Amino acid sequence: MIDPRSTATPASGRLSRGTLVIDVDRCKGCELCIDACKPAVLQMTANSRNALGYLYPELTPGCTACHACALICPDFVFQVWRYDEPVMASGEGEGA
Amino acid sequence: MTKRLLEGSEALAHAMVAAGCRFFTGYPMTPFTEVLEGMARLLPDVGGSCVNAESELEAIGMAWGAAAAGTRTATGSVGQGLSLMQESLAELSFARVPMVVLNMARGQGDYFQATRGGGHGDYRHIVLAPADLAEAVLLIQQAFHLADLFRNPVMFMGDYYLAHVIEAVDITSADLGTLPAKDWALDGSSSGTGAAKIVSSIMPTKRNAPVYVKYGTYLETGGAKIAALEKGMAPLHEQGWCDDADYVVVAYGTPARIIRYVVGKLRAEGLRVGFFRPITLWPFPAEALRAATRQAAEIGVYELNAGQMIEDVRLSVRDRDAVGIGGISFDDSGFGIAPELTPARVAARIRQAMACLVVEAAA
Amino acid sequence: MSIVDTSLPPSRPARLVDDFSPSLILPGAHKLCAGCGEPAAMRSVVEIIDELGLTNRAVGVFGIGCYTAFSPGMDVEVLQALHGRAPSLATGLKRARPNTIVFTVQGDGDMVNEGLQEVIHTAARGEDVTCIMLNNGVFGETGGHMTATTVIGQRTKNSLEGRSAKKHGYPIRMAEMLAPLEGVAYVARGATNNAGNVFRTRKMLESAFRAQDQGLGFSMVEILTMCPTGWFIATGDAPDYLTDKMASYHKIGVIKDVAADAQANAEELTQG
Repeated sequence: MIDPRSTATPASGRLSRGTLVIDVDRCKGCELCIDACKPAVLQMTANSRNALGYLYPELTPGCTACHACALICPDFVFQVWRYDEPVMASGEGEGA
Repeated sequence: MTKRLLEGSEALAHAMVAAGCRFFTGYPMTPFTEVLEGMARLLPDVGGSCVNAESELEAIGMAWGAAAAGTRTATGSVGQGLSLMQESLAELSFARVPMVVLNMARGQGDYFQATRGGGHGDYRHIVLAPADLAEAVLLIQQAFHLADLFRNPVMFMGDYYLAHVIEAVDITSADLGTLPAKDWALDGSSSGTGAAKIVSSIMPTKRNAPVYVKYGTYLETGGAKIAALEKGMAPLHEQGWCDDADYVVVAYGTPARIIRYVVGKLRAEGLRVGFFRPITLWPFPAEALRAATRQAAEIGVYELNAGQMIEDVRLSVRDRDAVGIGGISFDDSGFGIAPELTPARVAARIRQAMACLVVEAAA
Repeated sequence: MSIVDTSLPPSRPARLVDDFSPSLILPGAHKLCAGCGEPAAMRSVVEIIDELGLTNRAVGVFGIGCYTAFSPGMDVEVLQALHGRAPSLATGLKRARPNTIVFTVQGDGDMVNEGLQEVIHTAARGEDVTCIMLNNGVFGETGGHMTATTVIGQRTKNSLEGRSAKKHGYPIRMAEMLAPLEGVAYVARGATNNAGNVFRTRKMLESAFRAQDQGLGFSMVEILTMCPTGWFIATGDAPDYLTDKMASYHKIGVIKDVAADAQANAEELTQG
């Protein structure tokens, strides 16, 4: 089975229909969100750890606001937003 | 005041309904069964609910749920059935759920079970033991009042005789005073308000309560709860001819009725005998017993078991000897008719005990 | 790969799809394990109750297990029961207050081991209550021990060699055992190991609570939940483990739905 992440379009070409607020310090690093995310835009931090000592998820462009992450997360760390207008990612980070 | 000729079980059912009991559940077991039958007949007419439990576990569970909803609730059984209920009786005591629990006992072998509790942990129940039906219909109404007042189960100790004697009784509702509203009771209406109620022996408060109490901390309040019961509940008893008695007979329940009669007869013959009847088996009327037996040379304890209440008698009257003059007595049915419980046989026991007494000459 | 700032809500116009937790979940972290499937289940329960407008009639009767930790953390009235006994307490509460919406929250150890007779009698009587079983195939709170629903081959601390039919007998399929009873209006089994199953489970909870609200009888939703701690596996492996090992025996789906059957029959008649 082909890992969708390996054939993903580059971040700069991705359309984000939604975005997240992640309550990083409550995460217990279970990584269920990574598998649950259909567009495969969540990844665990490589080195950054939260106050509890866990790696935690971070978001890359392409969120569809499907809220699978929020449905599955045992620690309720996700707040899911759907943009009124989808946003095309630029080369740099999106956000505020 | 209108008296009706009623069989004990039916009288108790009427009295419970008069006290406002609106939920009853139970499992058939002799001699509790007729109380269940009585409630099944009476409750629907007053908008109450009588549910047949598939076992004593369902019974105590359903009673717990109904009582947590704020409804005046009762259940009961006989010794063995109460054995099954012990875990729940202990836990719902910790949870401060009020209810009345009937033991229509076979004999008097359930004294320890009732007064010590057969469940886990530190808890006590007020235990009321009537000697006759007139007293029983009053005490059972008081039981509901006390249960609500202390937010604690109250045990009603009946027996086969009480269940089946037919006496003239007055079942009017006793006015026992007002009680605070049950603002702790559950009905769903506080859900979603930010202040949802919780009735729990494990996590007694919600997280956003002014003081969030955890399990261990809550367990530590058990002693204070028992102390509050002891402080708030004055023990009840009846006594007769004790002031100059050389020998005092202690008995509870139906046998005490026989004792009272026999002691009266023996007094008329000139024997200096007295009698003492605890009405609350818990809290035990220790002070009163000590005072009543102050000058007695010996105390005789008549109970239809191998010696249970005698321990409380000994704890109360530490400097005098208490000797059991009863014993386990059952007819072939095993339901609680005691062949030894006749005035003649009881009188013989008392006479024999008194004949051996060494009485100090009055000064 | 550019990282999106997820520290604040978006400044661009956007609508909130899902908040951190429903308002009925009070603040304060639960201490359940990483990767536990129970929080998603509990969240679904309170959200469905709220969506159906049943909140201010709802009382939860809790059994004893890891999920008991949710009892002080929900803005829903709670009656705490002993292990296995919740269905009887739920019965008494519902009969005393027929207008309440009463649900139990029990684990598999609670309902199927300790409380088997309680739930069967409650179902047979057709009590208008909703029993919810969080089935992770182990006694989680005691550290991972075999229950009556543990599947063949599952290793636990008291079945180290793996459950064997010969030594330990076969697991009980609780939902299927209750379905044939006439008093039962709705029985379904869902799971919270992936978003799709969470979504399906929420539909099941909705049907179950509707059945209670309409007085159709007893309803039960069994929810397979992950317990990587009790299963001795990595959290990332738990979703597939649930699908392969648990759901192959305890099958996901609606097992009985009296209301849907009645509707289907009515439609057949009108089309006939």
